[in-house]
Amino acid sequence: MGIVTDKLPVVLDHVPGGSFCLTTVDGIINWSRANSLWPLTFGTACCAIEVMMAAGASRHDLARFGAEVTRPSPRQADLLVVAGTIVRRMAPRLKTLYEQMAEPRYVIATGSCAISGGPFMYNSYSTIRGADEVIPVDVYVPGCPPRPEAFLYGILTLQKLIKKGESIRHPYVRTKPVMAAMPAGMTADQVRAELVALLQRDAAVDLSIDYSPEWCAGESKP
Amino acid sequence: MTGAELISAVTRLEAAAQPREKVNMPAVVIPSAIVPDFMRTMRDDPQLAFDMLCTHTAVDRIGEGRFELLYVLYSTKHRHSLTVSAMIPRENPEVGSVSGVWAVAEWQEREVYDLLGVLYANHPDLRRLLLEDDWKGFPLRKDYKDDFMLELPK
Amino acid sequence: MTITPITLADRISAGHAAESPLSTEEYFVNMGPQHPSTHGVLRLVVRLDGETVREVIPVCGYVHRGIEKMGEYLTYRQFGHLTDRMDYLSAITNNWVVAMAVEKAAGIETNDRIQTIRTICAELQRIQSHQLWWGVFGMDLGAFTAFLYGFRDREMVTDIFEETTGARLTMNYIQPGGLMYDIHPDFVKGVKKFLAYFKPKLVEYDTLFSGNVIVQARLRGIGCLSPEAAVSLGATGPVLRGSGLACDLRKNQPYGAYGKVQFDVPVGITGDCWDRYWVRMEEMRQSIRIIEQLIDGIPEGKHMTIKPTSKIKVPEGIYYEQAETARGILGVLIASDGGEKPYRIHMRSPNFNNLWCVTKAAPGHRIADLVAILSSVDIVVPDIDR
Repeated sequence: MGIVTDKLPVVLDHVPGGSFCLTTVDGIINWSRANSLWPLTFGTACCAIEVMMAAGASRHDLARFGAEVTRPSPRQADLLVVAGTIVRRMAPRLKTLYEQMAEPRYVIATGSCAISGGPFMYNSYSTIRGADEVIPVDVYVPGCPPRPEAFLYGILTLQKLIKKGESIRHPYVRTKPVMAAMPAGMTADQVRAELVALLQRDAAVDLSIDYSPEWCAGESKP
Repeated sequence: MTGAELISAVTRLEAAAQPREKVNMPAVVIPSAIVPDFMRTMRDDPQLAFDMLCTHTAVDRIGEGRFELLYVLYSTKHRHSLTVSAMIPRENPEVGSVSGVWAVAEWQEREVYDLLGVLYANHPDLRRLLLEDDWKGFPLRKDYKDDFMLELPK
Repeated sequence: MTITPITLADRISAGHAAESPLSTEEYFVNMGPQHPSTHGVLRLVVRLDGETVREVIPVCGYVHRGIEKMGEYLTYRQFGHLTDRMDYLSAITNNWVVAMAVEKAAGIETNDRIQTIRTICAELQRIQSHQLWWGVFGMDLGAFTAFLYGFRDREMVTDIFEETTGARLTMNYIQPGGLMYDIHPDFVKGVKKFLAYFKPKLVEYDTLFSGNVIVQARLRGIGCLSPEAAVSLGATGPVLRGSGLACDLRKNQPYGAYGKVQFDVPVGITGDCWDRYWVRMEEMRQSIRIIEQLIDGIPEGKHMTIKPTSKIKVPEGIYYEQAETARGILGVLIASDGGEKPYRIHMRSPNFNNLWCVTKAAPGHRIADLVAILSSVDIVVPDIDR
């Protein structure tokens, strides 16, 4: 279903003599949904500048992907971008905002804070460790804060998700969030060791964390 | 006015004020009972003219069983600063409010009440500022315990 | 005598009951925490009589992360990075004030190169912050074009920062004892190119926005704040200078390389929204002036005077340092017990103190003016809540 609608303008050009094509209802609905996302103007901290403002402003121009109509009212929006830290006082409000949005609704969590609490994960009596403790999240965009380009990629990922996602027969069944794939031929331990080695190579980083020997095992080997 | 001149000018006005050691600017320590009156003198004296309360906070000296209240005063006229310190007991921490002297003290004191639980007498609007009204405990106290808080693994 | 704290519900009902029975019926409107013109998650409980604002009760804490508590668990160098996330539009100055306090307390020497680069970066950041404010200010008044123009030019500064510091917004650039990295080889060229580009743009800003009759009508005489009230409310930065007091730490207690440069401190006359607007526009010109004087003579030297891995211990005592961010005086108060971590660290944030000006400036004006007043004070909410 996705093949025709994904390339709709191109396909129409090549249909001899006519301007119609066949698709499924699901396909056309999802196609329209994906290309007219209306985000809610919601930002709590630094990410709001990069994600809600810079991405929507002159250089990065979110309008190219049909998501520039930001709505101040949750009842008119279908995309909630959790841009910034969520704290215990804000969590019930975030849930209310999400519940006020009309179905179908989508959530992108941008930045370390909205993913896991980020720099405020430890020793904070107030920070919620990830927006997904409060509301379901479809796409995660890492960064502290993420670049506007990263957010654009997040929007594209969400569009992909929507296009192959819901069916009107099974409205509540959604595909799973897109996960980053593990590099081919590497185990999780190898990736971790490589990251630690990279961090320790940079002398300016003093993490003050005692790495256990098995973590650093890969460092001494050539 | 140099630091020593400033302190002598302050101690001349208020005999109970003693110089506070180990502060990187002119500093005095006063008894907590005279805080509002002392601050009013500091503001109204033309030589000192501390017209701005730069910041107000408290330090939980749990080992000594008391809170140290710190007021950083600034004069936009003479461009000098002064730190005023006052000790109050950790049990029953009460002190007079200075919100009548500087308007901003109303909110700075609310923050200190919110995070450290210092109670201010004659405060016009003493309620929590940053945390919910029904929050239990005062997080910046050294003995604050919270199930929610995650310690960094050692 | 026992002191009993009250709750927000008590506060609202108390204010309502005090009214005379002869007055027209008043009502409360809740602005925020999710509201496009509060610039984050700030909540204002507004008591209205028709469209006239009678009282504003700010309710904050919706992004209170407990940075001061976290500071007690982190070393001084680590804590510097958290300050980026407070007033993210003045990240460089936030880093600087912590670095300055630690350097003075621990007796760490720096050199002229470090101080000059810090000053240039802080002034670039001021321009960047005011560009964003200008764009958003326009948007709050209903002029979307200003937003696009402001961001167009802001991206230029962002590029310079990205080249040197590796980040667009939270730079983590200044640390105790120097800078994270030396400046990029193209830094000087890039800054000069930007200044040449941006100077005519400031004229364009004025042509586009400042002289506009609607802007003038919406800003002049709105939200007046007398110098006495502003000082008593703890306002600093453009808010205080807009009220007519030339209080600028860069001039009064020069730090960094500010003692070596010539610049003026713009002040307002009446303390209305227009004065605050104009002070910021003028500050951008002064920042350009400061950078122009420094950019050609960056001294040679190292970018760090201590090893980046060395432990920093601050002797026992209380240390207070302050610096001028784009929004006012940012202070850091460190109570040290002689260890590697602060015993208590407190940030005196400019936005926390500036916010309360709204409660004095807004009553008597229309609710649409409240947005203009709030925007002219230029608050960053995570800095209020910390």
